[in-house]
Amino acid sequence: MAEAAIALRPPLIEGNKSIAQVTHDVCAPMEARPTVLWWAALLVSFSLLVLGAVAIAYQVAVGVGTWGLNRTVGWAFDITNFVFWIGIGHAGTLISAILFLFRQRWRTSVNRAAEAMTIFAVMCAGIFPVIHTGRPWFAYWMFPYPNTRGSLWVNFRSPLVWDFFAISTYFTVSAMFWFVGLLPDLATIRDRATATWRRQLAGVLSLGWNGSYRAWQRYEVVYLMLAGLGTPLVISVHTIVSWDFATAVLPGWHATIFPPYFVAGAIFSGMAMVLTLMIIARRLMHLQQYITLRHIDRMCKLVITTSGIVGLAYGTEFFTALYSGSSYEQFVFLNRALGPLFWGYWTMVGCNVFVPQLLWFRRVRANVPAVFLICVLVNVGMWFERFIIIVTSLSRDFLPANWFHYAPTRVEVATLLGSFGLFFTLFLLFCRFVPVIAVAEVKGVLNIGKPGQEAAHE
Amino acid sequence: MSKRLLVGVFDNEDDTLAAIRVSRRQGFKVVDVYAPYAVHGIDEAMGLSPSRLPWLVFAVGLLGAILKVWFEFWTTAVDWPVNVGGKPFNSLPAFVPVTFEVMVLFAALGAVFSFFVVCRLFPGKRAVLPVAGVTDNRFAIVLEQTDSTFEAPAVRKLFEKLHAVHVEEQITGEVA
Repeated sequence: MAEAAIALRPPLIEGNKSIAQVTHDVCAPMEARPTVLWWAALLVSFSLLVLGAVAIAYQVAVGVGTWGLNRTVGWAFDITNFVFWIGIGHAGTLISAILFLFRQRWRTSVNRAAEAMTIFAVMCAGIFPVIHTGRPWFAYWMFPYPNTRGSLWVNFRSPLVWDFFAISTYFTVSAMFWFVGLLPDLATIRDRATATWRRQLAGVLSLGWNGSYRAWQRYEVVYLMLAGLGTPLVISVHTIVSWDFATAVLPGWHATIFPPYFVAGAIFSGMAMVLTLMIIARRLMHLQQYITLRHIDRMCKLVITTSGIVGLAYGTEFFTALYSGSSYEQFVFLNRALGPLFWGYWTMVGCNVFVPQLLWFRRVRANVPAVFLICVLVNVGMWFERFIIIVTSLSRDFLPANWFHYAPTRVEVATLLGSFGLFFTLFLLFCRFVPVIAVAEVKGVLNIGKPGQEAAHE
Repeated sequence: MSKRLLVGVFDNEDDTLAAIRVSRRQGFKVVDVYAPYAVHGIDEAMGLSPSRLPWLVFAVGLLGAILKVWFEFWTTAVDWPVNVGGKPFNSLPAFVPVTFEVMVLFAALGAVFSFFVVCRLFPGKRAVLPVAGVTDNRFAIVLEQTDSTFEAPAVRKLFEKLHAVHVEEQITGEVA
């Protein structure tokens, strides 16, 4: 019986690994010298980071007048980038929390990196609202603390305040989830480290973890609790982000479909980003036997599922506009598809709805470069989705006399590139200093010492 | 107070589970079990009672939610009411999102920090491993030699029959 089940379900990890081999395979690349490829990648992303830092310093010194915003279009590039990055982060929580609750054991190979991606993406996202305040040194005013302005409190009816609470909670919970998951692996690093600094650092960070089952039992409970809390949290975060738009009365924003539409879009873009990063990481860190073609295949299926949801939402928006009888709504959607930014709209539809259809084919899902290319295109498309939603609705609203175009300035483009620089710099550092694969979790999905596997251990 | 311990080292989860069950059936006192990863069923085999953390998480989350609703009501309707777009001062439905976020934040912080406290995990704590390798590929069962009826050689033989890789006796002040 058991053998039949094994034949039907090939092992998640290839190469018939022993427990010690898993530790070695994941930890050894961190202990060896970084490769030339890694240095090259770090150099490129760090240069972008510096570019972004210079751009941010400039716009803080001079003011947000350096952006292409005007009286009509008061929100554009920065909010696009904010929503884009927050969305990227959501796939990490999907993999770490939602797939954990659904007992998808294949997640163990990718959850560590996906969670790291979440944390870095939220950091990137956080930059934009803070610089958009124009006076980032007063960013702490968003926090409701007793102040000398009469104790003038923040407005809890405002979606922007909801956003502040949602993002900061999301960041804190994601970071804790990641750290708790990391504890056993930090202990593993500590106990095998030869370099003193590594042993001492991992020793402090691992909090004295020794693998005692009394701790493991509670660890499992806490992990489950955090997954249970993270699941509604991730949905609430992007729901609240969508409310930033949906609570406004602007045609094209004022739609009840926004929360599910945004959440699906977020998971879509995030899953594409996870795949992009995984394809890079498995290559850089030689983890092809851990992040296998089956993992890529499953993530591709999630991409095509969410692509379908997003495509349905695009269609529903048009139907709602038609059915509403509101000429303003109808105009906004025709303007999106046929107006001055039509190329952006069709980039979005092309990359998000048409390109992912290729993933229906098993041959495409098994072709790693093709998957990589599709995922990059999906991210381009999802960036354009936010840009189109934000800019088309604002630039042509009710009164034609108010209409105006928007074009980003060099400073805005540099800031976007800088956020990519920050993201990839952090991710590359993560690849070097933290086990990219959740060692303790992967050991749990090996077929060693499981009932019906006696032959394997002899 | 020093304790006489007997540590059985195993190299896979199935043998470990079997050895824990046998030890408990024979009436030995299992001080602790060490494992490189979470194994389904070890807690039951050891007879550990289910963790009460979920109740604590629930209570802390509820506390966070109640405090936040009160705070939002107090700031917007009592302490400094501001008319925003003619909305009622006490706009409860608009308070829901932040209340939810704060509930999740409290619950998650409560879960993680109570976990650290209950397991006595803190930065700078020296990890005490019963044998090397329990964070890599070894499973260890630590038995306490409670009285003279505990015959170490017999237990050693028993563990070896259950595929133990290695069995050793330890005399320590404290292990767990």
